[in-house]
Amino acid sequence: MTPPVDDRTQLLDALWACQKRHGYIRDEDVASLADALAVSKIEIEGVVSFYHFLHRQPTGDFTVYLDNSIVSECKGFARVKQAFEHATGSAFGRTPVSRRFGLFETACIGLSDQQPAALINFYPFTNLNTLKVKQIVAALERGEPASSLCDEVANNIRFAPGGGKAIFLRDYEPGRAVRKLVGQDPQAIIDEVGRAQVRGMGGAFFPTAIKWASCRQVANSPKYVVCNADEGEPGTFKDRVLLNKYPGLVLEGMIIAAYAVGASAGIVYLRAEYQWLKHKVEAAITDLRRRKLLGTAIAGIAGFDFDIRIQLGAGAYVCGEETALLNSLEGKRGEPRTKYFYPTEKGFLDQPTVVNNVETCCAVARVLELGADHFLRTGTTKSPGTKLLSISGDCRKPGIYEVEWGTSIHEVLALCGANAPHYIQVSGPSGECVSLREADRRLALDDLRCGGSFMIFDHTRDILGILRNFTEFFKHESCGVCTPCRAGNFLVQRKLTMIGSRLARASDFSDLHNWGKVIGATSRCGLGVSATNSLRLAIERFPEYFKSRIIPDDNVTHFDLEAAVKAHEEFR
Amino acid sequence: MTEEVTLTIDGREIRATPGDNLVKVARAHDINIPSLCYFEHLDQPLGTCRVCMCNVDGRIVPACMQRVHAGMEVAFETPKLSDMRHAVLEMMFAEGNHVCPACPKSGDCDLQRLGYEMEVRTVRFPHLFKDRYIDLNAKRTVVDTNRCVKCARCVEEVRTDDGKQVYSFCNRGNETVVAIDYEQEARLTDAQARKAMRVCPTGAIIVRGEPSWTRPFGDRRYDLHPIRGPETLVRRKKTKATPNKRDKKTVATISLAGCYGCHMSMLDTDLGLIDRVDIIEFNKSPLNDIKEFTKRCDLGIIEGGVCNSDNVEVLKEFRRQCDVLVCIGECAVWGGVPALRNTIPLRECLEETYLHCESVEPGQGVVPFDDDLPKLLDRVYACNEIVKIDHYIPGCPPNADIIWKSVANILWDEDNSILYSDFKYD
Ligand SMILES: Cc1cc2nc3c(=O)[nH]c(=O)nc-3n(C[C@H](O)[C@H](O)[C@H](O)COP(=O)(O)O)c2cc1C
Ligand code: SF4
Ligand code: SF4
Ligand code: SF4
Repeated sequence: MTPPVDDRTQLLDALWACQKRHGYIRDEDVASLADALAVSKIEIEGVVSFYHFLHRQPTGDFTVYLDNSIVSECKGFARVKQAFEHATGSAFGRTPVSRRFGLFETACIGLSDQQPAALINFYPFTNLNTLKVKQIVAALERGEPASSLCDEVANNIRFAPGGGKAIFLRDYEPGRAVRKLVGQDPQAIIDEVGRAQVRGMGGAFFPTAIKWASCRQVANSPKYVVCNADEGEPGTFKDRVLLNKYPGLVLEGMIIAAYAVGASAGIVYLRAEYQWLKHKVEAAITDLRRRKLLGTAIAGIAGFDFDIRIQLGAGAYVCGEETALLNSLEGKRGEPRTKYFYPTEKGFLDQPTVVNNVETCCAVARVLELGADHFLRTGTTKSPGTKLLSISGDCRKPGIYEVEWGTSIHEVLALCGANAPHYIQVSGPSGECVSLREADRRLALDDLRCGGSFMIFDHTRDILGILRNFTEFFKHESCGVCTPCRAGNFLVQRKLTMIGSRLARASDFSDLHNWGKVIGATSRCGLGVSATNSLRLAIERFPEYFKSRIIPDDNVTHFDLEAAVKAHEEFR
Repeated sequence: MTEEVTLTIDGREIRATPGDNLVKVARAHDINIPSLCYFEHLDQPLGTCRVCMCNVDGRIVPACMQRVHAGMEVAFETPKLSDMRHAVLEMMFAEGNHVCPACPKSGDCDLQRLGYEMEVRTVRFPHLFKDRYIDLNAKRTVVDTNRCVKCARCVEEVRTDDGKQVYSFCNRGNETVVAIDYEQEARLTDAQARKAMRVCPTGAIIVRGEPSWTRPFGDRRYDLHPIRGPETLVRRKKTKATPNKRDKKTVATISLAGCYGCHMSMLDTDLGLIDRVDIIEFNKSPLNDIKEFTKRCDLGIIEGGVCNSDNVEVLKEFRRQCDVLVCIGECAVWGGVPALRNTIPLRECLEETYLHCESVEPGQGVVPFDDDLPKLLDRVYACNEIVKIDHYIPGCPPNADIIWKSVANILWDEDNSILYSDFKYD
């Protein structure tokens, strides 16, 4: 049976239900959903094929999604992948013959502090190795459910500033923030958030107060508040920890936003990789409803009605981009919209919508709870407050660090026990790479902005290998709607693959640098705009490395005759 | 009626209604901002192709996303912006599998027209040769995904009477394709099906049984002049004010994986050939049957791509022996017709040809292999994937006039004006 749907916004849930029930989406599901929504079947196919957790072929009783991010690669991805293939007899990426195990690679699943990691039937399995894989597969074969076999995911909270300065990582008591709304004018709330200089923590650092004010002044209703819990940037896992440890705080931030802008409904867009956290958020919603902090007349404020639901994503990094997220919420392909309208003007269902990151929601809740002055006492004048870092890679203590803005790279490296750092990737693949020469730089709005991901690589990691992993990621995650990102990232990936471990011409690297610039300048959304950042910056910031990779004669290319004639030699 | 406002495009003052689309305003004033996805009637423009990049008030943005306002300052014709637009257009040629000589839309294709108008002689990117399919299952139209640039026009514009989508994007990233809903497609009226072909800026949607492509050269939409502009736009490549004296130069030529068509075209100049013999001495070339280089050459002319190990050696030899290398014809420029095999693994090509093909007695076929024969490469490579190439002359084949003008331009810095109507990919 295909689940019934009344409108397009329920499409993703319905597709999930089919996927879970049958292991894939059947022809009859597509037909009946198309029928129910009065759209053509190809439109449904278009949606299904956009998300990588939705399949049109059977995926087996157990689906294994193994994280292929760079940190996983460094920690033994190849071995674990092979172990899964040996233990299950299935091959990655193909429909399982046995109908038992479907093996798939997937982008970062937000567990970089405990790699290699995989999701089996969407339950987390961390710190994998060959032996552990064998045991897991054997237990699943015996009939033990993945839900009981899976790992308890550690929060790995490692550091918060002392002296009561912490903003995020401190105790939480339900309602402390929301009850502060009583007797306050919405504009006063926006002003307080503005005074604390809260900025979007989803990576764009847009001042939250300005976003709210522009939504508030739009007359249309209903308005919506969306919490962006799509955390897809490889190496980031701060939102995972916040949702795991402080789900109530996140929701309170949404309630405050709703009060400020006059919204009546809220949605948490939870990435599919975090399904195992869904019950935590649900429990927090129920708890807040019980405390009359969600629903009607919230905290006793007459006329303040607001409720929250959860929408599960279905596997697409680009859906973290706020307008793609809105399309996804509407049951469409997660293609980013053009910047013709802002979400605060025309967002979810063309209504005014505020989209805020999980960490931003927590920050505004803390503004109400602790006051803007608390923020202004931490960090620097230009960047007050603190930032959550998700640290992973070659260091002794990977995990979550709350640091004051203004902390230097050196200080961060010392905190996490990075003994021999060489290449540091700040803000994930779409952020920037830093060499030790720049380690005095500080994490701050006016210096090095950090969205949360902080990956450390020592000198044993090949820089071109790291960049190849990033390019593969962008090639795969591009939504495909605009030329430079769709074709450009493919071209960059192809060139890096052709160079492989061989030497290249100087012009190959300058080409890559130039192509990167064009892709960045002409792409439609942030994905394409920043996809080639790391590549370009690596060429600029690691000149010795790239010099060592160059062949002297620029007249001939890296064409490999031996490899090219191999296919014909097979007929010898 | 709203008051008109003034904006500037490349310093030129233009009056327009505020809120109007910049592409539309510019075109109304003969400033032809290129685009493949822009439609005047869509007030939320598609914004997919990204060929219309301009600098508006200091920011690099697609022109199609801009509503004009008072005091708007637009830069369009700057070297940097032009290079950017070129790069995006070139990506489309590199990404798809465009074989203009074999395309029914050739001459009527907007992608091709932009290539001509923007003088794309070669593509800076290596062609991707991704295996793409032609969907022949629908009743009214054929969709060739090799030629689709994913502009989304058909997705948005082609609907059945009850508003259902007929074409939709499927998959994502570089796997994105336009897929057909066979059921809805069968319900399209004649007019709707023709509209589908018309809204498609390339040859990706073709209506079955439409004879539009039987028109001869010269009668097609973009054969003689650009979409806006004079009948014969003269293009120039940078030339010195006074060309160098025509001292005698040595030239070598070769046909690699080509059909000798470009060489035939070189000869196709009647008496012009006699003039050239005085100033050009041919060294290694099929034209005089000199097999080996006997001296260093000023110029090497390469026809054809690189399909076997011998081609690789010869091309490298040309690079060593010639000061300047020029590729003539589509095959040398990017692989061309022989590169049609590039989306199919070599093993399959050989087995089909020598083992399974109908003219082979079952069980009698052998795939030729001998150490004395050149080895086939896994795919056909463009010349610039093997050695550095200095100049490109597109066409299939380029006409003789263009070849010799370009050669004279390279050798003696002579004027290289080419008529729009002479510049062709097919
Ligand atoms: C490709 C791409 C992916 C993104 N992914 C996320 C994400 O996973 N989580 C998030 O909060 N913001 C993400 N963003 C940023 C959002 O577009 C948006 O700026 C943010 O959700 C706004 O909330 P904030 O102002 O609270 O940061 C992404 C942006 C882009 C371009
Ligand atoms: S930049 Fe990439 S992800 Fe963004 S719209 Fe373009 S193709 Fe899609
Ligand atoms: S005519 Fe247009 S669509 Fe056809 S092959 Fe040439 S560029 Fe491509
Ligand atoms: S088929 Fe044609 S109209 Fe449709 S997206 Fe492709 S190029 Fe555009």
